[in-house]
Amino acid sequence: MENLNGYLIISAILFSIGTVGVLVRKNAIVIFMCIEMMLNAVNLTFVALSRHLGNLDGQVFVFFIMTVAAAEAAVGLALMIAFYNNKESIDVDDMNLMKW
Amino acid sequence: MLDNVWLIPLFPLIGFLINGFFGKKIKNEAVIGGIGTLAIFASFLVSCGILLQMIGLPPEQRVFEKVLFPWIHSGAFKADMAFLVDPLSCVMIMVVTGVGSLIHLYSIGYMHGEEGFYRFFAYLNLFCMSMLLLVLGNNMLVMFIGWEGVGLCSYLLIGYYFHKKSAGDAAKKAFVMNRVGDFGFLIGLFTLYWWLGSNHNIWTINFTEIKAASNLLPYGGVVTVATLCFFVGATGKSAQIPLFTWLPDAMEGPTPVSALIHAATMVTAGVYMIARMSFVFIKAPETMMIVACVGAATAIFAATIGTAQNDIKRVLAYSTVSQLGFMFLAMGVGAFTAGIFHLMTHAFFKACLFLGSGSVIHAMHYALHKGHLHDDAQDMRNMGGLKKAMPITFLTFFVSTIAIAGIPGFSGFFSKDEILWQAFANPFHGGLNIILWGIGAVAACFTAFYMFRLVFMTFFGECRINAKVKDHLHESPLVITIPLMVLGFLAVVGGYIGMPKLLGMLPNYFEHWLEPVFALANEYGAKYAHSGGHHNPALEWGLMGLSVVIALVGISIAFTMYVKNTELPGKFTATFPALHRAVYNKWYVDELYDYLFVNPCKAFGQFLWKGFDVIVIDGAVNGVAGVVMAFSGVFRYIQSGLIHNYAWSMAFGVVVMLGYYVFK
Amino acid sequence: MSNLLSLTTFLPVLGVLLLLFIPKDSKGTLRNVTFATTVVTFLVSLPIMFGFQTNAEFQFVENVPWIAAGPFKMRYFIGIDGISLWLVMLTTFIMPIAVLSTYTAVEEKVKEYMILLLLLETGMLGAFISLDMFLFYIFWEVMLIPMYFMIGIWGGKNRIYAAVKFFIYTMVGSLLMLVALMYLYFKGLEAGFTNFGLLQFFNLNLPLSTQTWLFLAFALAFAIKVPMFPLHTWLPDAHTEAPTAGSVILAAILLKMGTYGYVRFAIPLFPEAAHKFAPLIATLAVIGIIYAALVAMVQEDVKKLVAYSSVAHLGFVMLGVFAFNVEGITGGMLQMINHGISTGALFLIVGFIYERRHTRLITDFGGLSKQMPVFATIFMIVTFSSIGLPGTNGFVGEFLVLIGAFESQLRWWTVIASSGVILSAVYMLWVFQRVMFGELDNPKNQKLADLNAREISIMVPLIIMIFVMGIYPKPFIDTMEPAIKKLVSQVRTTRMSARSDSLPAIPAGHPGMPAAPASAPLPEGHAPSAVNPHHPQ
Repeated sequence: MENLNGYLIISAILFSIGTVGVLVRKNAIVIFMCIEMMLNAVNLTFVALSRHLGNLDGQVFVFFIMTVAAAEAAVGLALMIAFYNNKESIDVDDMNLMKW
Repeated sequence: MLDNVWLIPLFPLIGFLINGFFGKKIKNEAVIGGIGTLAIFASFLVSCGILLQMIGLPPEQRVFEKVLFPWIHSGAFKADMAFLVDPLSCVMIMVVTGVGSLIHLYSIGYMHGEEGFYRFFAYLNLFCMSMLLLVLGNNMLVMFIGWEGVGLCSYLLIGYYFHKKSAGDAAKKAFVMNRVGDFGFLIGLFTLYWWLGSNHNIWTINFTEIKAASNLLPYGGVVTVATLCFFVGATGKSAQIPLFTWLPDAMEGPTPVSALIHAATMVTAGVYMIARMSFVFIKAPETMMIVACVGAATAIFAATIGTAQNDIKRVLAYSTVSQLGFMFLAMGVGAFTAGIFHLMTHAFFKACLFLGSGSVIHAMHYALHKGHLHDDAQDMRNMGGLKKAMPITFLTFFVSTIAIAGIPGFSGFFSKDEILWQAFANPFHGGLNIILWGIGAVAACFTAFYMFRLVFMTFFGECRINAKVKDHLHESPLVITIPLMVLGFLAVVGGYIGMPKLLGMLPNYFEHWLEPVFALANEYGAKYAHSGGHHNPALEWGLMGLSVVIALVGISIAFTMYVKNTELPGKFTATFPALHRAVYNKWYVDELYDYLFVNPCKAFGQFLWKGFDVIVIDGAVNGVAGVVMAFSGVFRYIQSGLIHNYAWSMAFGVVVMLGYYVFK
Repeated sequence: MSNLLSLTTFLPVLGVLLLLFIPKDSKGTLRNVTFATTVVTFLVSLPIMFGFQTNAEFQFVENVPWIAAGPFKMRYFIGIDGISLWLVMLTTFIMPIAVLSTYTAVEEKVKEYMILLLLLETGMLGAFISLDMFLFYIFWEVMLIPMYFMIGIWGGKNRIYAAVKFFIYTMVGSLLMLVALMYLYFKGLEAGFTNFGLLQFFNLNLPLSTQTWLFLAFALAFAIKVPMFPLHTWLPDAHTEAPTAGSVILAAILLKMGTYGYVRFAIPLFPEAAHKFAPLIATLAVIGIIYAALVAMVQEDVKKLVAYSSVAHLGFVMLGVFAFNVEGITGGMLQMINHGISTGALFLIVGFIYERRHTRLITDFGGLSKQMPVFATIFMIVTFSSIGLPGTNGFVGEFLVLIGAFESQLRWWTVIASSGVILSAVYMLWVFQRVMFGELDNPKNQKLADLNAREISIMVPLIIMIFVMGIYPKPFIDTMEPAIKKLVSQVRTTRMSARSDSLPAIPAGHPGMPAAPASAPLPEGHAPSAVNPHHPQ
């Protein structure tokens, strides 16, 4: 399939945007969204390769990842709300209690 | 009757249990004292029955063993709770139960009104039980129960007035010093058991079995080691050099205790033990020599201290140490019968002396109490002239003093003279004999001196007690004086059962009685004894006369110094102040021990704790922890707590790893 | 009835389940339920004692498959012989006493405390009955955790330090043991064994060099637990900080794990190595006896003093065990039980006065005899039991240890160890004198109440045992003897075969004797230097 490269390139771009977002942003929600973007970039790769190789395993994995992402969203948002209640901020630089 | 030998220790045990558990509730002194006294008196009756039955048997059959129940059986080791009745243990049970009964009776009067009356009788009964186990045990371990048991009771009774610090100290000292001896006893036991077992496959600690196997033991060598260890045990229990210092301190206990435990019975346990194992001891000539030398040295050493003490009980205590020295001298020169004989006569007259002193103290205490005075009731300098106020006490005391001084016709003369003669004439120690005899004779002179000094200071001369309370001095009640009279009587006549052959008026019953016990020892001894000895009747007469003269010299010196010319002691002290101070302070032996053993031990313990345990070991342990902490202290800086740092380092790591695979 | 051992072991866990349903605040109920559980456990364990047949075999055996993971096959394999019987009985006997002693001592977090006590009991019982090495290891670790929390939560001022020290000390040893255990298991697999069952490993004739390393790993773990000099410093801290019941259990039972470990594992598994190290271990034991006695003498804290006296007593146990003859090991086993009873009692006694005065400094007391006569009597009996007076339990064990060791090659060690007899009298009597005798001059002591009914009933069983075991120890010795004889013969046969090529003939001694002719003791280095002929390297 000729256009596999296109899928992979888009997915790589999405993943890079996500990574950079995680690394540079300080707002926890933005970081969180960036992580979701990275996950979905991976999903895209999975689907594309699954189709290309004719193996359904990749698509099964996508379901797994989506489930995990959903669970993660629930837990992560709950954590953030708890954190906001405590610190009135969702800036990750304020999360430093574990620091020495 | 013989089969019921176990009743003898059982009665006092029952007495102990009743008084120990219910004494506090009974409260009635007559009942408590009655139970205690009856318990030991019942034992006395059984002992009499056994003695009579034994007399009825032919001499070679006078050995009886009774196994009560198996005690410790493990591997080849066997120790039963079992009793041995033979002529020797018969003598001992008679002395213990007989003198014990009298002292129990006496205690009812003496301890009247004391707070822990029931406790006292309970302990006294427990003591009698232990002592009877000691003398009746048919193996070393049952003997050891008694051996430690009497030590325990001695501890409890010395510490009877536990609120006094001195009493607590004395009790502890007595127990610990006894323990030093016990250590020796145990090692001796191990050595003998192990040697007989490993070399001849006879694994036993039973006296009769060891006796049967004793021909397998060598002369000297391992037997010397074992017997020396046993002797260490004996020095602890019987207050010999070097472990004698506890006995004078033990006078902190009530006077009947001093009479029973620290004069008549417990302290003679060491002598008894050597007699019981005579067939082993005789096989170690070196040990015999050491026993004799230590005995003689203790006799003279304690006698010198006795001359300068002012506390009536302390004089008697040192006298006891000295007399025990005589007994060990007898053991060391192979005169086992003479030693046991002296043990018996000493039990009579020394118990009488102690009880007499108790009677005096009782009277003094009462009088001083009436006058609300706080003078020392035991200090002889406060006494004097008590003869008139306390005639019975004086008479019995005086008779016993004559007996201990060694005046012919009284029991102490027969036994002591026999020891001195044997020290001179025994075939074992060669040239040492004359020295042993000489020391013994001088010690006898000192004995006569300090005993008469005591009598003169206490009963003769002016009454030095505060004049206010003079009229309160009075004779003690019958319950106290009856035991005194009985013991005084025995102190006079007790010697006639063992009259020397030389005097020939009566056969020497005592020697015949004990002959089967010591026959084997004498046989072994004869094998290396140098021939002859000095069996010259003329010489024996001469020495006997000499010892009488010596006693009289001692008495006359005392008479001169304390009756005729009472300034003399003061002058003497003034002339030789250093000597007097040294003697008065017991030659500073206690201080020496403190300096040599007690303080270094404490300091060493402190060092091990604060220096080694805390600094070295814990230092190492905490040091390891410290090193780990130091490393983690550096590494923890990586843990910045900033999420971006983690994220960046993760991304960096991913890049590096990818790069590695891409550009590999 | 065949599940009696399991029932005994896991009854406390049932008790824990019961406790979970009881509200936190009903402290009385919590205590009573715990006490009832331990009493029932004790009652259930009684048939074990009475049903025990006097022979060398393991009895009440249960053996079922448990975990199978690849080559690792663990079984639930339990059973007791004469050696472990009395330790099991000691555990079930001490536990109700320990629980009863906490009725007024612990007021906070009662529920958790009681749960931990019961879990501890299961752990200890399990360790004594395990015949599967892996099962043993698990129980061994299980014991550690409740004790850690007991010290760390209910302890004194310095409790965290003490708890961590206790935990890490023990952990270091047991991890080494785990490694050795795994190595041993693989050796066993090579020899055709298929599981962790202990008994088959006794027949595994390992070469001496392997035995040495494995023995060292096991010995270290057990030596820490005993504890032996110089690995003992966790003990005084742990004891001083632990609550009374914790100290009692620690002294009475947990320490026995170490000595039991030697008897059950280290010695029969690696007999030649054990022989090789006997002089070393005996030396440490003797140093421990003297050292601990001297240090105990100068302690200012009663509890620390008792803790150090434990080190000295367990030195005697080790000396007896490493005599490798029937008398010595019997003495050691008896001494373990004696120590459990008398030192347990001593800790209870310290607990009584601590509860009243909230101090343990010796100088704060004095003259208590007058105010507390019952207490004085009990304290005195226990003191003399600890000193080893004939007629009390302490003597029988100590004497057998000493005579056993004297017969073996450890003669000179014994002579030195015997002097510990003097020192023990010194420190115990000295503390007794300072606490009980003298003037009652401290006003705070003048109003002290004597022991109440509960406290007396705690002490009475212990006092009874002190005398029973001192006067009639025969039942105890008789039940132990076959198992100990078997152990001795296990050790000796291996040793004889190990020696046979270097020594032409060994005269047979009596059963209690080491193989060496005692009149001419061989230099110790001689014996194990020969390689086991079954495994020529």
